Amino acid sequence: MRVLTCADTGVLVEVADLAEVVALRAALAAQPPPGVTDVVPAARTVLLRVEPGTDTDRVAAAVAALPVTPGDHGGGGGAVTIPVHYDGADLADVAELTGLTPRGVVAAHTAAHWTVAFCGFAPGFGYMVGDDPRLHVPRRGEARTRVPAGSVALAGEFTGVYPRSSPGGWQLLGRTETRIWDLDRDPPGLLRPGVRVRFTEAP
Amino acid sequence: MSTASALEVVAAGPMTTVQDTGRFGHADLGVGRSGAADADSYARANRLLANPPGAAALETTMGGLRVRARGPVTVAVTGAPVPLTVGGRGAATDTVLHLPDGTELAMGLPPRGLRSYLAVRGGVDVRPVLGSRSTDVLAGLGPEPPVPGSVLPVGPPPRDFPVVDHVCAAPVSGDRITLRVVLGPRQDWFTGRALETLLSGEYEVTPRSDRVGARLSGPALERSHPGELPSEGMVAGSLQVPPGGEPVLFLADHPVTGGYPVVAVIRSADLPRAAQARPGTRIRFTDRTRR
Repeated sequence: MRVLTCADTGVLVEVADLAEVVALRAALAAQPPPGVTDVVPAARTVLLRVEPGTDTDRVAAAVAALPVTPGDHGGGGGAVTIPVHYDGADLADVAELTGLTPRGVVAAHTAAHWTVAFCGFAPGFGYMVGDDPRLHVPRRGEARTRVPAGSVALAGEFTGVYPRSSPGGWQLLGRTETRIWDLDRDPPGLLRPGVRVRFTEAP
Repeated sequence: MSTASALEVVAAGPMTTVQDTGRFGHADLGVGRSGAADADSYARANRLLANPPGAAALETTMGGLRVRARGPVTVAVTGAPVPLTVGGRGAATDTVLHLPDGTELAMGLPPRGLRSYLAVRGGVDVRPVLGSRSTDVLAGLGPEPPVPGSVLPVGPPPRDFPVVDHVCAAPVSGDRITLRVVLGPRQDWFTGRALETLLSGEYEVTPRSDRVGARLSGPALERSHPGELPSEGMVAGSLQVPPGGEPVLFLADHPVTGGYPVVAVIRSADLPRAAQARPGTRIRFTDRTRR
């Protein structure tokens, strides 16, 4: 673990891998250090934003002293099931990249256990990591200017669901009617860090 | 019949949004803080009116905002020093102004600075989104930006009354400013010469600047470290360096995470001055703690 500072406004904690990010985020959610206003997990880091005037050295020391349990997802995250119509434009390409058949891709995606590691890109966009390395595929060579809301996609070690229509370079597997981001809901995002996710094939 | 007061927007100028102190506690959902870009001027306007600190106000860029009072309202204008008229007569910024029903307040073009704040006693009472009335232009969250004809309800007046009619604010800086930075978190991605360049060169704010960030032009900062940085959380004030080498100074609506290294971060006390740097402003960065 390496602790870096962002002037007097943030403490950036760098860890070895995504599993440590997930565990550190869970530990911070359980015991937030005083002065921290927001916690931003990402691929290899957790950023703590602090109120102006907070002693960043004390925040750094508090982070270093946190009991971090490897493999801890912050159990309170809950679980959701997302039904998917697996008719995405890139299903055939993903099959080719993985060496599976299109049906095999669907079987692997629905069999895997996913956990939201962090959010970013757009409000409610959760980066989910799974337990099936066969599904690791590169992004598309060229991004699409418009990916419809509800698109279920793969890129790198992640799967994700586009909360609203936006540009995007991920490989599209299908689409869901589940509302991923709804401002009339509390919390508005379904895919929060720590939430465990299963995908099922929609009838 | 008793009706609450309101502000009717007659002209919105180049860019007007509703802003408050911003959204806290939702960054892990990918939601940024947003909020008034020049937090000091915004807070001063609310203090003048004895509003609670988080009352929503209008943030306008390069003046041009005109509003008409619906019912009597009490307002104050702070930030970039716009020429001001109330009912066609000259009026002062940083002053408590009483607008009778139907009176129009009009802002001209500020001679310096970029963002002015129009606060109203009782606050702009539009519907909050995730605990804030700020419009995040990057995420598309919060109230729609006001347009001519928009009617913005004003909240009930606070219990306290204004205690002063006028405050003396430090003048908004002109076309050359110095901002204090702390190097890092990713200074080790840059050559020693790049760090010297950052702290000795001059950078100009380009017109491709908005609430997300000020894109700067100036000497390119050379990386010592090839490869890609996994996306990581960003703070306002970050100087993020894309592959071209010219930094972007992140402001209130910056992305929650970013994939380019941050060479240095502006000290929080200097962020309001950064937010007032209009295109053409020349910025120097110093790592000394005194300006």
